[in-house]
Amino acid sequence: MVRLPYTTALTTLFSYGLLFAFGQLRDFFRKLIDWFKAKNVKGYAPICLGLEDFYVRRLYLRIQDCFGRPIASAPDAWFDVVERYSNDSNKTLKRTSNTTRCLNLGSYNYLGFAAADEYCTPLVIESLKKYSPSTCSVRVDGGTTKLHNELEELVARFVGKPSAILFGMGYVTNSAIIPCLVGKGGLIISDSLNHNSIVNGARGSGATVRVFQHNSPAHLEEVLREQIAFGQPRTRRPWKKIIVIVEGIYSMEGELCKLPEIIAVCKKYKAYTYLDEAHSIGAVGQSGRGVCELLGVDPADVDIMMGTFTKSFGSCGGYIAASREIIQHLKMSCPAHLYATSMSPPAVQQVISAIKVILGEDGSNRGAQKLARIRENSNFFRSELKKMGFEVLGDNDSPVMPIMLYNPAKIPAFSRECLRQKVAVVTVAFPATPLLLARARICISASHTREDLMKALDVISRVGDLVGIKYFPAEPPKIAEADHDKLE
Amino acid sequence: MDMALPVVNATAAVLARVTAAFNAPFARAVVFGVHIDGHLVVEGLLIAVIVFQLSRKSYKPPKKPLSEKEIDELCDEWEPEPLCPPIKDGARINTPMLESAAAPHTTIDGKEIINFASANYLGLIGNEKIIDSCVGSLEKYGVGSCGPRGFYGTIDVHLDCEAKIANFLGTPDSILYSYGISTIFSVIPAFCKKGDIIVADEGVHWAVQNGLHLSRSTVVYFKHNDMASLAHTLEKLTRGNKRAEKIRRYIVVESIYQNSGQIAPLDEIVRLKEKYRFRVILEESHSFGVLGQSGRGLAEHYGVPIDKIDIITAGMGNALATDGGFCTGSVRVVDHQRLSSSGYVFSASLPPYLASAAVSAVNYLEENPSVLADLRNNIALLHKELSDTPGLEISSHVLSPIVFLKLKKSTGSSNTDLDLLETIAERVLKEDSVFIVTSKRSSLDRCKLSVGIRLFVSAGHTESDIFKVSSALKRVSASVLSDYI
Repeated sequence: MVRLPYTTALTTLFSYGLLFAFGQLRDFFRKLIDWFKAKNVKGYAPICLGLEDFYVRRLYLRIQDCFGRPIASAPDAWFDVVERYSNDSNKTLKRTSNTTRCLNLGSYNYLGFAAADEYCTPLVIESLKKYSPSTCSVRVDGGTTKLHNELEELVARFVGKPSAILFGMGYVTNSAIIPCLVGKGGLIISDSLNHNSIVNGARGSGATVRVFQHNSPAHLEEVLREQIAFGQPRTRRPWKKIIVIVEGIYSMEGELCKLPEIIAVCKKYKAYTYLDEAHSIGAVGQSGRGVCELLGVDPADVDIMMGTFTKSFGSCGGYIAASREIIQHLKMSCPAHLYATSMSPPAVQQVISAIKVILGEDGSNRGAQKLARIRENSNFFRSELKKMGFEVLGDNDSPVMPIMLYNPAKIPAFSRECLRQKVAVVTVAFPATPLLLARARICISASHTREDLMKALDVISRVGDLVGIKYFPAEPPKIAEADHDKLE
Repeated sequence: MDMALPVVNATAAVLARVTAAFNAPFARAVVFGVHIDGHLVVEGLLIAVIVFQLSRKSYKPPKKPLSEKEIDELCDEWEPEPLCPPIKDGARINTPMLESAAAPHTTIDGKEIINFASANYLGLIGNEKIIDSCVGSLEKYGVGSCGPRGFYGTIDVHLDCEAKIANFLGTPDSILYSYGISTIFSVIPAFCKKGDIIVADEGVHWAVQNGLHLSRSTVVYFKHNDMASLAHTLEKLTRGNKRAEKIRRYIVVESIYQNSGQIAPLDEIVRLKEKYRFRVILEESHSFGVLGQSGRGLAEHYGVPIDKIDIITAGMGNALATDGGFCTGSVRVVDHQRLSSSGYVFSASLPPYLASAAVSAVNYLEENPSVLADLRNNIALLHKELSDTPGLEISSHVLSPIVFLKLKKSTGSSNTDLDLLETIAERVLKEDSVFIVTSKRSSLDRCKLSVGIRLFVSAGHTESDIFKVSSALKRVSASVLSDYI
C-alpha cells in the first residue's frame, strides 16, 4: 500500500487547488469574451456542459505533450519517438518528420515479441499471404479458419484448462462475456481497482455489483457473508449466483493478487471466480503460465480464466479458458462471438508461434531464456530503484513498476526531462489513478539488456534528483573490498 | 339483600361527599378573578395524562442483528445456480472451418466451395497490393502495437490512416478504434450521459443496444425504418417540454441494417433532425465503400452534405477487408473521444499492419470506382434470380449488399423458423458446395425482427456463382419447405 507523507499530501492538494483556481479564472474570462461572440449553433445543447470537461480543458491540456506520443518504429527495447511542436500552447500538437531514438520503458512488451522475430515473422507473413489480413465475417458464419481452432486448443493446453474461446480484442472479451455468465438476480463482487473493461461488463450485465477492498481476502469474506445472509436488495430473495472478479497483476500498482487466499474464501462460500490475467499471462511463472503457476494454484480451482495476447505475445485479441460446458455455452450465446469480426489470421499465427517459442516447441530454448531474463531484469531494476530512494510499488517478479510522483507539476517535469535524455517513460495521473497518487509506470521487457537497464537507472536517478521524488533515504553505495584495503 | 343495602348506602354517601367537594367553591382559590372549581382540577389532570402519553415513544420491537452462527447457517444452506445452463440436445455447435482465405471461392473440408458468407463487398480479400503493404508493415513494426494510444501505442500509420479516411469522406478529422463492434459501443456512452434522450430504431444490432444500455440515457425506440413513427416519437418528446432545450438529444440509426438489409432514408432523417434539433449518430459499417457514386457512404448516396451528420461510425471489417473501426465528425466530436471514449483510452491500439491495409484499401477504392458498378450488377442479378424461390422472399433493399431472405409463411416461433433455415443452409453446403448463413441471435439480443438467410454479395463473385447459388437455393428450399408453401 502507498504511504502518503503529510507534507507531500498538503503540497499536492495545494498544487491542485492552485490549478483549479487558475482554471476557474480563465473560464470566467472566457465566458466574458464569448458573451459578445454570437453562438453559431442555436437550439442544440453543447456536447459538454459546464464543469464536465473542466479537467480536460484546464489541467490535461497543459501537459498534453506527455501523452499520446507517436512512434515511427516497432515498440521494441529502443524505438523512434516522433517530435511534435505546438503553436497554441499545447492545444493542438503537430508532428514533424524528425524522430529521436529512445529507450522504451513504456510499452507492454514483456517477452520481447513486439518487433519482427526470427521464428514468428516468417510464419506470420506466410499466413498473411494464405488467409489475407481479415476474414470479413463473424466466427459463427465464415470466420473460423484452421488457425483459430488450432490456437484455441493451444491456449487451453498452455493455460491448463479443458477448452478455450478466442476474441479479437481484450476489452470486448470482458465486456461481452460477463453479461453472458451472470444477469439480473446475480451478484458480482469485484476488486476496487479492476480495469475499466470489467467495470463496463459488470454494468452491462444488469447484476448487482459490490466492491471489496483491493487485494484483501478478509474484506472479501466479510462482503460475501453479509451479501449471502441478506440476499437481493429489497426483495431479500437468495442470490442466483455470485462471481468474484480479480486480476492477476494490477497494471497501475504492479501488485500480484493474493490468489490462494481468495480462492479459499470463494470455495468456502460457493462463489465462482473469474481471473483476468491480461498482464500476467506469459510474463510471470516458471514457464510463463501466469499467476496460477507462480503462486501454486491449480487452474482447475479457478472457474474462468481470461487473458489477452497484446502484452506478452506481441499480437492482439483475448481469450477465455474454462470447462467444456461453459465454452460451448459461450459459443452459442456470447454476442462477441456471434456478431464481431473474427480475429485477424496473421495475428492468430503470431500467438501460435509465440506460445510455441515459450513452450520450447520450436526446437530452441529461446522461450526459457526470455522468461529467465524478464525475471532477472524486473527484480534487478526494482531493487536498484528502491536502493536509490524512490518509492516503488509492486511485488517481486512483477514486470510493472510504478514510481510515485504525487505532485501534478512533477508529472510533466519527469516525463519531459527523461525524454530529453533519450528515455521514454509513461506517466499516469487522474483519472486513471486517484487524484493525489500520480505516478510514472515502468514496464520491463525481456529484450532490455543489462546496459539498457544501467542507462535507464542512471537517467532516472539524475532526473529524480532534479525533480525531487526520492522520498526515502538512499542506501549508501557499498565500498568494494579492494578499495577498503587500499584506504587502510 | 342484607349486604346490598349497606353497600348502596356507602356508595351514595361517598358520591354525595365527592360531589359536594367538587361543587364547593374553594374560598381561597381565586386565580386572576376566576374561581377554581373542582371540575377544573379534573380537567387539568386529564390534560396532564394526555400530554404524558403523547410524549412517550411508541413501542418498537428492538432490532437484533444476525448472529455469526446464523450467518454461517445461511451461507451453508445457500446453493448457487450452475454457471452455465445445460446445453440442449441437437443444438448446433460446430461451425464450418475454412482452410484458405475467405474469398468468393474458398476451401472447406478439402472441397472448393462458393462463399456467400463473408462481407467482402469489394472483393479485396487476396488483393496483391494490400498484402504487399501489410508485409512491409509487418517487417517494420511487428504484429501488435503493445500499448494503448496514450502510452506509446500511437504509430505513424495510425495517424496516416485517420488522415486518409477523413480526407476520403470530406470531414475535418477521424479517430481509429481497434475493433469493429467496440466503435459504436464506445462512441455512444462518450456522448450520451444520464438524463439525455436517445431515439433509436428498434432493429439496431447488439453492439448499438449495448452502447445505449451503457450510456444510461433515456432510450425510446421507433418502428423499424418507419419515418412516420420517427416523426411521431420526436414530436411527442419535444412537445411542451421546455427543458428539452438544455438536454442533449440524439437519433441513432444504421445506414444498412444488419438484421434486415433495409436502408435508412437519410434525407428524411436529416429533415426531421433539423426541425426538432436532434443530433444524428449514423452507424455505417455495411455502407462505407458500398453506397454512393464513389463509395463514400449513405450521405453521398442521398446527396446530403456530410457535415449535416454529426457523428458517423463504421467498422472496417466489411468493405475494407481489414479490422478495426473509425468514427468521424467535426473536430470537437473527434477530440472529445480521445479522452472520454473507453474503447479508445483503455484498450491497445489497432495493429499497424491492419491500419496500413485500411490505407491501401481506401487508395484502391479511389483508383478503381468501377468495382462499385460490379457489386451493384451482382446484387441486381441475384435479386432477379432469387425472386421466384419457393417459400422464401427477399425482404432487403434493392441496393443492399446483404440480401436477406425470409420465410414467406413463418411457422409462428422464431426457433422453428431458425431450425428450418439452418437445415436449408446445411444442405446447400453439403449438396451444392455453396456456403450461406442464417442470421444469428444471441440470448442477450433484444431485437425482435424476423430471422432469415443472409447472402453477402461481393464484387468478386462471377455470374456463374450467382446462378449456382440461386439454383441451389431453389432446389433445397423446395424440398425442405414443401410442407409450408
